[in-house]
Amino acid sequence: MDAVLFLVFALIAVTCAANLVVQTHPITSALSLIGVMGSLAVLYLLLGGEFIAAVQVIVYAGAIMVLFVFVIMLLNAGAERPAGRSFVARYLGVPVLVIFLGLLSYVIQSRLPASEAVRFGEFQGGAPAEVGRLLFTRYVLPFEVTSVLILVAILGAIVLGRKEL
Amino acid sequence: MDFITLSVIKALVIAAVLMTTLAYLQWVERKVIAHIQLRMGPSRVGPHGLLQPLADVIKLLTKEDLIPSHASKFLYILAPFLAVTLALLSFAVVPFGPEVEVFGVRTPVQLTDLNIGLLFLLAISSVSVYAVALAGWSSNNKYALLGGLRSSAQMISYELPMAVALASVLLLANTLSLREIVDSQQGYYLGFLPKWNIFRLPFPQILSFAIFLICAFAETNRVPFDLPEAENELVAGFHTEYSSMKFAAFFMAEYANMITGCALATILFLGGWHPAWPAEFGSHLAPAGVFFLAGGIALYHGTHPARPRDRRTLPIIAVVFWILAASFVIPGARAALAPLFWFAAKTGILLFSFIWVRGTLPRFRYDQLMRFTWKFLFPLAMANLMATGLLVALFPELS
Repeated sequence: MDAVLFLVFALIAVTCAANLVVQTHPITSALSLIGVMGSLAVLYLLLGGEFIAAVQVIVYAGAIMVLFVFVIMLLNAGAERPAGRSFVARYLGVPVLVIFLGLLSYVIQSRLPASEAVRFGEFQGGAPAEVGRLLFTRYVLPFEVTSVLILVAILGAIVLGRKEL
Repeated sequence: MDFITLSVIKALVIAAVLMTTLAYLQWVERKVIAHIQLRMGPSRVGPHGLLQPLADVIKLLTKEDLIPSHASKFLYILAPFLAVTLALLSFAVVPFGPEVEVFGVRTPVQLTDLNIGLLFLLAISSVSVYAVALAGWSSNNKYALLGGLRSSAQMISYELPMAVALASVLLLANTLSLREIVDSQQGYYLGFLPKWNIFRLPFPQILSFAIFLICAFAETNRVPFDLPEAENELVAGFHTEYSSMKFAAFFMAEYANMITGCALATILFLGGWHPAWPAEFGSHLAPAGVFFLAGGIALYHGTHPARPRDRRTLPIIAVVFWILAASFVIPGARAALAPLFWFAAKTGILLFSFIWVRGTLPRFRYDQLMRFTWKFLFPLAMANLMATGLLVALFPELS
């Protein structure tokens, strides 16, 4: 059951991700990205990360992507036309991409120990209480530093967005 | 009985009850608004217009289904589908009552109890913005686009104070499972004051209850926050171009979201299915008493009819009410039905307040709406959260 669900949602995620790149209209691309986020949330759920799954939907699919869609709708952005491809992109794009992906998978394969495969239902610490406890004890410093980082980003956006600099 | 069969049966029962409630909520709304405005409301189809919802469904099903030219067809069809699916999905985690035993099977009156139940509902409510936004965008209509834009801006803005208001309830309840939140509100202070979260020590959540209700109005696009479908400026807002069952889907989604919002307020603040006063003061007699009284009023108006037809219809309604009252007197049935009665009564009172507000208040202006949430509701919700956190930390033995 777990394996079937994994295959279904992994397939949806990959299809949506490919669709995101292929589509010419920004709003269809944004919706494909939401599809990716949603199926990733289901994958988290399958691995036992209930809290992460819910937060993934609330924050990424529900808040950030809504802003994306909102801005696209507000600007009324139309379909994009493909620009004329350069010589390099036309003839070297696909081979270079294949080489890059091959290198990437080789590095990951060789670095990670082969015996520690992830199994469904093995991980149990994904409930909100456990995640919260870890965030406020063991990982409190990274957690707080991240929030300061986000604050800096917000302040930067306000400064850049001001009319007179 | 195995898990899947039980789940399917429960899902069917909940869906059937929900659909009937949706249809008749709309009848109740039209009747109540009509009486507020000194009109009669639906009264032609069936006695007291009781078959009006059925007639509406048949009308909507048989209407021509139009797709505007240059509309983005896939998204145009997806949007109402998304709206109604997400609205119905949220009922999967709503607990209606404690465990009951039906035909020898013990089961809670709830489809499933997630340990992230509240987050699940928040996730659904945050995703359901897309239905409205996409409907507005894909219709290829300026009014619809403006409605969709307004709605998404409004829903994002009001989700924030709502989430913060909910967080302060979670500080008292210490759990995200809706069933456990209801269970934590069992019991009474001083023997009579229920331990509901709006009365709960160390910090009664009256403020967050008010904030939650206001945000629920905004999230469901209801008056006074119905700018996405403001008739006088936007025709019908995001669903201007929709007809037939697609229009009905948006309608159903709005009413389903209303019921979810009220049910959630009942669960989080009003103690779910726990009675409003202890059994020593006769709370176990309340359901039977209410129905008996309602039957009596119906019979009185049947014998003193305002219209000739009432002489025939109202006594029948009185008998129906008395049969309901009698079912709450039988001890075995009472134990199973009384929690459902309390849950339905609290949710029903909140739903009535939604209708009442619609009949009373004018609409906000758009800048007022935005200023209200960002400059008033959100700081208030934050202050409430801080105060709750501080008091829970100072007096852990009280909560």
